[in-house]
This record gives sequence, structure tokens and C-alpha cells, in this order.
Amino acid sequence: MNTPTPSADPRHTRPQYTEGAPIADTSAPGGPIADRWDTRRFTAKLVNPANRRKHTVIVVGTGLAGGSAGATLAEQGYHVVQFCYQDSPRRAHSIAAQGGINAAKNYRNDGDSIHRLFYDTVKGGDFRARESNVHRLAQISVEIIDQCVAQGVPFAREYGGLLDTRSFGGVQVSRTFYARGQTGQQLLLGAYQALSRQIAAGNVEMHPRTEMLDLVVVDGAARGIVARDLVTGEISTHTADAVVLATGGYGNVFHLSTNAMNSNATAVWRAHRRGAYFANPCFTQIHPTCIPRSGEHQSKLTLMSESLRNDGRIWVPATAGDTRPPALIPEDERDYYLERIYPSFGNLVPRDIASRAAKKVCDEGRGVGPGGQGVYLDFADAIARTGRGAVEEKYGNLFEMYQRITAEDPYEVPMRIYPAVHYTMGGLWVDYDLQTTVPGLFAIGEANFSDHGANRLGASALMQGLADGYFVLPATLNDYLARNSALPTVDPADPAVLEAVEEVRERLRRLVNVRGDRTADSFHREIGELMWEFCGMARTEQGLREALERIPLIREEFWRRITVPGTEAEFNQSLERANRVVDYLELAELMCLDALHRAESCGGHFREESQTPDGEAARDDEAFGYAAAWEFTGTGNPPVLHREDLVFDYVHPTQRSYA
Amino acid sequence: MRIALRIWRQKNTEAPGAMREYEMDGVSPDMSFLEMLDTLNERLTLEGEDPVAFDHDCREGICGACSLVIDGQAHGPERTTACQLHMRSFRDGDTIDVEPWRAAAFPVVRDLVVDRSAFDRIIQSGGYVSVPTGAAPEAHATPVPKPDADRAFEHAECIGCGACVAACPNGSAMLFTSAKVNHLGALPQGAPERETRVLDMVAQMDAEGFGGCTLTGECATACPKGIPLTSITAMNREWLRANRKVARK
Repeated sequence: MNTPTPSADPRHTRPQYTEGAPIADTSAPGGPIADRWDTRRFTAKLVNPANRRKHTVIVVGTGLAGGSAGATLAEQGYHVVQFCYQDSPRRAHSIAAQGGINAAKNYRNDGDSIHRLFYDTVKGGDFRARESNVHRLAQISVEIIDQCVAQGVPFAREYGGLLDTRSFGGVQVSRTFYARGQTGQQLLLGAYQALSRQIAAGNVEMHPRTEMLDLVVVDGAARGIVARDLVTGEISTHTADAVVLATGGYGNVFHLSTNAMNSNATAVWRAHRRGAYFANPCFTQIHPTCIPRSGEHQSKLTLMSESLRNDGRIWVPATAGDTRPPALIPEDERDYYLERIYPSFGNLVPRDIASRAAKKVCDEGRGVGPGGQGVYLDFADAIARTGRGAVEEKYGNLFEMYQRITAEDPYEVPMRIYPAVHYTMGGLWVDYDLQTTVPGLFAIGEANFSDHGANRLGASALMQGLADGYFVLPATLNDYLARNSALPTVDPADPAVLEAVEEVRERLRRLVNVRGDRTADSFHREIGELMWEFCGMARTEQGLREALERIPLIREEFWRRITVPGTEAEFNQSLERANRVVDYLELAELMCLDALHRAESCGGHFREESQTPDGEAARDDEAFGYAAAWEFTGTGNPPVLHREDLVFDYVHPTQRSYA
Repeated sequence: MRIALRIWRQKNTEAPGAMREYEMDGVSPDMSFLEMLDTLNERLTLEGEDPVAFDHDCREGICGACSLVIDGQAHGPERTTACQLHMRSFRDGDTIDVEPWRAAAFPVVRDLVVDRSAFDRIIQSGGYVSVPTGAAPEAHATPVPKPDADRAFEHAECIGCGACVAACPNGSAMLFTSAKVNHLGALPQGAPERETRVLDMVAQMDAEGFGGCTLTGECATACPKGIPLTSITAMNREWLRANRKVARK
């Protein structure tokens, strides 16, 4: 493994990567966009129901995407072998999603339609998503609600017994279905229950507390995984006809994020190392409404749902250095800056815009709370208008959570919020069939890059996870298996299998044997702080170059100084953590490189060099109207860039305006 | 703050366990309880001692992974999950006991980590609506009266943490089981499988080795999501009704 030698003055070198062949075929059918999904389903080959049980499919992850995929594939008759690192499939981090799920039902008769959801999502993503995929997502959205209601998901309802909806950022219709502030929990439990039914029926072989550590590629196709039993430490291989990764996003590269503590990038990064291209890694979403950090001990950040922006008003003092308590700041000395700058969307502008605006007012010295890293989210008007009871009904659990964490009562004093890393739009590159560049390897949900472009709209993650798992993957995987019905059985002694197992064992042994003087968490914190500073809400060429200089040094230090107590052959949470940090230290480098090469601003990717006179993100469609898919060539080696040109036939790229 | 901890240490399911004492200085009242344990673990790691194993994940009180008995109470002195408990709930100089869930059906895996797979098997025995993907009718085809939807939601809030079992002197899983029975039972979508669901889930619950219910109510007091004790009486009624109906057939 050789690391490229840094030149004398890194600011004058071009980013270290090479250009590869563009991606010519995304397998998306042609024709009118509204017909493409029908066309694809019709051209897909089918597997005879009686033959399906002969096929084994591995699904890694049990969140909304993985849980729904595992259940549906098993219902179709496939033999599913499924994995999650949690002690139960019910705990995947989809469970923490609060606000809601979008669907173009138009129950409100407020002008919504499939085409509008499609349009909003493409525009919200700042024109960096593939039109065909997004349109399919909008079409399927309506079926998801039907499916979940039938499963017994207790969505919020009106007194007439029909489903209630609310609004989310970046849209002007009310299409978000919800279950109080626990929509993710209720949808996930629906998928978990469907999965449980298939486990009981013997159609799904479930392996909880088991973590995928590598992908097995035989003769160019994904044929299995190497996994570690987190209780015994035992390393095992599992083979199949296809592998589905539903392992979520990589926001934990930043150390502090709204992800679960154990959410990690190992599965996708290992797949990337085995040949799957990684697309748009720099597209990360910083969510505007999180509880600010309270000190050095902070282990994670907690989101306050975007739905709060329906009724809460965001403001800071009009003048810098105003430290009066909020109640003592008169109305005319407050700056409701979102309402002022974006009158038509107000507090409900998309997340990237709200986050940057918050950073801007804090940088001006108008931030509130400890360190000036916060803005107010104020419910006084809503409480005065609708009464405390109505606010409690809608947001009770969120208010309670806020109070528990901060010891402040948001019914009495405004919440303090600050942006935090929340979601990653980037992920494994997939074609229209959700297949990666490794045949037989599919990526669904947040693990892929497909639908949200450079910025995801609120309540669209749940929609995409369930669309992929319940409806898209089962159809496209069918086609792959039908076309590869005679795959030879994988020999456990195949060199590809043995090599993958040995690599995993060697890495774990190495981690345990360094016996240095720094913990995995200290390295995680270091890389996270570096990423937040240089690859966070605002990025510059100089900063990214500095990060790219420092990351290889941190990696080198990691392998010299890491200490992992215990052994690899036992329950060892320190080893789990250290092993994940190894992958963050490589992925972080690709994220910075991608951010450096994309010398435009778009969505969540804000390059300070590329902004409009009024400080908004300035896209460069001419130069960067593509998805960047990166090919791995070795740790520290320059990766290869493959461009997928994005074609917009239906939503013409314009400067996004929410004013 | 300065606190003393007494923590249950147990190498694996078979090994004997014991309480061990640790002193902690410089604890911030704004730390969550788990962040306090993180700090201890960082120190133990650097001192060459095995850190304390404990289950945790979302740290937002919703995944249900955390499972600590703190000073004899499941999830500690506040009505929340351990991850949402903050050190400001304790006093400077306190000695705090930390133990795993204690129940026959939840064997200790290591230190504070227990095996709760029995809960998954209870759900697998009937805690679902049989509706294969694609078979669903239009969502508005069946209006659900708001009081029924609200009642379903109230029970669906269960996070499956197991505090109810840990708090129960009998180690009973009645509150967990009844929450799912009542969630699905309150909705028209759950009606067709109403009888088999309650009978099968209760049978599985008994087979897992959970204790019987004597309605002491500790479970509902410990539940971080406020699943009410009446959930259990409602399930008893469901179970009797189902038995009578099945007997008639």
C-alpha cells in the first residue's frame, strides 16, 4: 500500500485522482417517465414461484429498507439470510426517525400529485439526482401508505377516521403522514413484524448481533459475506446468489451526528474496496434543528424533528453580543431571519438552506446559548394561538425529550437548536435496478446514493427506504436471479472466500496486537472534528487540501498507537468500535477528495468559493451536472472517477429559489 | 461531581459475576448516564482493564437497547431510558449501583448486556398482521375512529427494552406482550387474527420462562413509554374471550 507523496505546496497540486470511463448505462428504460417503472417491471425476467426457494439472498441490515426487503423477498418464496449488529432487528436506527413519511396521496386536495412530489424532490436535491429513480419513488409513495396502514401502523388520524398529514421543508403541500413524533418507530415496527412473521415461517434465517465485515466476490459476482458473531467473536462465511446491503448511511464519520452510536460504514466501505463504486460521498446532510452540544463528554447529537418548524419560529437577537434572556428581548429587536430572507417558505425552507442560515447568524456573533452556537426555535406564538394542549398533542414527546436533555422547559423558554450531521445522500452507486457495479450486489435505503441528489427533503428517507425494500428491490432482484439461475455453488475453499476470511482475521488480530496508548474513541473524535471543520457545513479548497494532508497521518498514527483491550474471540465492544474507525479513516479521505473535486456548491455541499452575491449555493451545471462514482484502487491511492451524466428532461435545472 | 459506582462485572453467561467498585471524579451534571459510563470506559481502556460492556445505540430513548438497573430501579430514578437519564438526577458524593436486567428469561451475555431474544420470539408467534407486500387495500378504505387509533398508538409506543420484566418481582413479560396485543387489537386491520394472536403470544411468553403476573404494577411504573397497567387486564380479557370463542368452535 503506497501513499501518494505530498508535494511541497499542496495548495497548487490538482486533487489526486484519475479519470475513468463515464458510466454509460444506468439500466433505466427510456420512454415517457411515467411509464418507465411499468416498462422495467414488464421487461424484468421472473423466477417461477416453485424455484424461488432454491435461491438464497443475503440481506444485511434490518432498518426500513432491509426489514421491508427481507420480509418481502421471503413472502415471494426466496430463502433469506439476514443480519443485524443489534440484539434485535427491531432496533435499527430507522426507529429514531421522528417527523413523517411523504406520499403523493393528495388527500388534502391541495394540488399535490405524483409529478409534484417528483418535481419537489428533484429540485430539493438541487438537480443532482437521477430523474427516472425519483419519479419511481414518487409513484410508489402512495402504495407505501396503503401497505403500512394494512400492517397496523397507527398513523395520526382526524376525527373522521381518515389519515392526518402535515407539511415539511421545501414543499408547499401537506403530504407528510406521521405517527406523532415517532413515525420511524411505527414504520419500522411494521416492517419488523412482517419480518418476524417470515422468521417464524422459516423463510428468513435471522442472525442478530452479527456484523458484516467483508464481501465475498467470486468470479466477479457478489456471492456472500464474512461476518463476526459479536457475542462469541466467531468469524463465519455465508454464501448466497445475491447480497443486499441495507446498512444505512455514514454520518458517523463525523463522530458527533444524529446517527445511532453503532451505525457505521463498514459494510459499504468493504463493498467499495471489493469493487462497488462509491457515489457523491461529499453529499452529507446537516440537519438544522438539533440540540446543541453541552460539553466535551458529548457522545452523540439529538435531533428535534423538522415538523417543529411547522409551528416554531426561528430567531436570533438582531444585534451581535445581545446576551439578554430571550423573554427580555423585545419583538422588534429579534431577527426572524428565515421569515425575513425566504418569505414564501419561511421557517420551512429545505434543510441545507436553514442550516447554512443558522451558521451564518452564529458566525456574525448573534448565536445564543453557550459558545454562541445556537438559535432559538420559539413556540410562544403557537401556544398563544392554539393553546398549550394543541402543541402538546402534536409535539409532546419532542418537548419532553428536549427538556430531559437540556433541563429547560420549551413551553416556557424557546428551544435552542444548532445544525448537526444527520443523513448522507451519497452512498454506493446503483443503477435503476439498485444494483451496484458488482453484479449481484444491491444497495438499498440510505446505503445507496440514488434518490436525493445533493440534499434530501424531510420525510423522504422513510419513503425511500420502504420504496426500495417493499417494492423496487423485490422486482429487480427477481430479474437478476432469473438471469443467473444457474450460478454454481460457492466452494467454501474457494480462494476468494479464504482470502476474504483471512483478511478479516488479520485485521482484527492486528487491532488487538498493537497495544498502543490511544483509544478508538479518541481517534474517532479526532477524525470527526477534522471532518466537521473542513468538510462540514462550509468547505473551501484550502481547508479540504489540509484535511487531505492530515487524514493519512491520522491513519498512520492509528495503526501505531491504537489500544484495544481483550481479544478478538470474545464479546468485545472496543474491538467493534476500533474496526469501524479503520473504515472511517479511509472513507473520510474520499469524502474530502470528492468535496475538493466538486468545485461548485449544490445542496448540502457548500463550497465558499462558489456562491451567489446573496450567499446562496451557486451550482455549475455545465461542469458538474453529474454524479461522481469513485472506484477504489488501494488505501491512500488515487481513486478513479467515473461520471454519470445527469439528464433532466422533465424538471429543468434552475437556481433554487425559496424566497 | 464525584461519584462512586458499583458495577456488575461478568465475563460471560457461564462465568460467575460480582459487583466491582469504581471512583469517578469530574462528572458533569449535563452528562447522560451512558456518557458517564463512556468516560469510565475510556479510563479503564487506558489502564489496561476491560471496559464495562453495556447495550446502547440510538441514545434518544427510542431503540430500546439500553438495559441498566440503576440503584435497584430499571433505567434508574427517572421515568425514562438510561440513555436519557442525566447525572443531574444524582448528587455529588452518591454511590450508584449498576446491574443488568435480572430475569430468568434474560440471561446475562456479559457485564450489563443481556439476551432479550425471547421478546423477538413472542412477536414472531403472532405480533403482526398477515398482509404480504402489495396486498394492501387503499389506505382510506377503512376509516379508523380517532380514539381507536390513539389507543393503538398508546400501546404501539413500546420500545421492547424489557424494563417491565426487570422491574417485575416475578420476571413477567405481561406488559410487553399485552402492549402488542392491544396495539393490533385496537385496529380493524388486526381484527381477523385477534384470537390466534393473543393465544399464541401468551403461550410463547409462558414457554420462554417468564414468570406469572400478580398485578403488582411495578412494570407500568418502570415503563419508560408509559404503557398503562390496564393493558394487562385488557389482554386477560382478550385471552379469555379468545379461549371461549375457540372452545365454541
